Amino acid sequence: MATRGFFGRRPAPDVAQRLPPGQHLTDDFPVLSYGPTPDVPLADWRFTLHDGPRPLASWSWDEFNALPQTTWRGDIHCVTTWSKFDTEWQGVTIDDLLRAAGIEAPTPWVLARSFDDYDTNVPLADLVDGRAMVATRFGGAPLAPEHGGPARLLVPHLYFWKSAKWLKGLRFTARDEAGFWELRGYHMRGDPWREQRYTNDP
Amino acid sequence: MTTDTKQEPWQDAWQAVAIDEIVRRTPRVVSVFLRLQPPASLAGQHLDLRLSAPDGYQAQRSYSIASAPGAARVELLVERLDDGEVSPWFHDVAQAGDTLEARGPIGGHFVWQPSDGGPLLLVGGGSGVVPLLAMLRLRHAAGRGMPTLLLYSARRHEELICAEELAAMAQADPSLRLVFVTTREPGRRPGDLDRRLDDTLLRQALADWGHAPTAAFVCGATPFVETVASGLRAAGLDAGTIRTERYGGA
Repeated sequence: MATRGFFGRRPAPDVAQRLPPGQHLTDDFPVLSYGPTPDVPLADWRFTLHDGPRPLASWSWDEFNALPQTTWRGDIHCVTTWSKFDTEWQGVTIDDLLRAAGIEAPTPWVLARSFDDYDTNVPLADLVDGRAMVATRFGGAPLAPEHGGPARLLVPHLYFWKSAKWLKGLRFTARDEAGFWELRGYHMRGDPWREQRYTNDP
Repeated sequence: MTTDTKQEPWQDAWQAVAIDEIVRRTPRVVSVFLRLQPPASLAGQHLDLRLSAPDGYQAQRSYSIASAPGAARVELLVERLDDGEVSPWFHDVAQAGDTLEARGPIGGHFVWQPSDGGPLLLVGGGSGVVPLLAMLRLRHAAGRGMPTLLLYSARRHEELICAEELAAMAQADPSLRLVFVTTREPGRRPGDLDRRLDDTLLRQALADWGHAPTAAFVCGATPFVETVASGLRAAGLDAGTIRTERYGGA
């Protein structure tokens, strides 16, 4: 069904093939958060892996920054329909985190938890094998607070609400527990290439 | 106004909807009325719209709903973005009877209903007032008497969306306090402000109002939201009472 008089602005073919369905390219880096930006002093920052309520491993800011660093470059996609290309992030992959903790993942489900009590669920399979990191730098500089600094989760192959800002830890859960937006109408997995925006999207 | 083709929105699937009417609100904002009845639920939600070109190319955007839940038809407010792909179509081409696709309403966080209670603090910058307008319209219809403060900032008076309707609401209801903030022109109403909201002004506005809000909704461009949200925390509001929505992208 065509909309009368609408012709749109088609992206160039090389851009179009990098855009998931329903997305458009932006040069900005829009900010989306559900509440105020929390103030997280580095002296108080601590990152913890939990199995349910039980802590498995924990790092201070300095300890965390001494872990192996990985750089990732690529495209990110927000459920509000913007995509941003060629972003550059640096941080610690989840593989390296598990290795440093000396543990095997105890369950196949993870709840990423933030200092502002935000949380979001991500299957373990979407976090390992180099697919995700805890990012502390963006574009070569420390990650700004409004973009989730000191550290945020980066799961670039899923919609960006899964890349929780102000991350304080990962909790392994016995089942796939819905997080903040997942309880409020958004999809449990959020694959942009399958356009999994809202709860009942296929 | 033709409402014989009213439809109930359906969140999961795209459905064709017709434009009922386009009304200019400010030099850069038009109201788009859709032949679609909003369900009587929450104020502050958004609709996703999809426009299709003749060759099948589609563009999709989210718009906050300005009409109250249960209103006769959905009203969206569309601001012209000069380099935008979709908003110029609403400003330059769209007319009654044109069809597009919609899905929604969507959103379960930046939402309010009268049973959520108050006092209620609403702070909007520019077109960020839209979801707040839906809340105020709902409150006016079903929640009058709840102490409410709207701080609404724009550069100039002509850019204030639905200013007369808001002023009339406040006139009719002493429990609604309305403060327009115009950052590039002097204020016109007693109590209005004419510089950017900052920590000092926010603290002053809260003190003048005299209520401690149990819910605060802040919507606007990112720098506005960052400034206001941190200012409200500095003024003593608990972070958990402050909900934000930021306008970015084109």
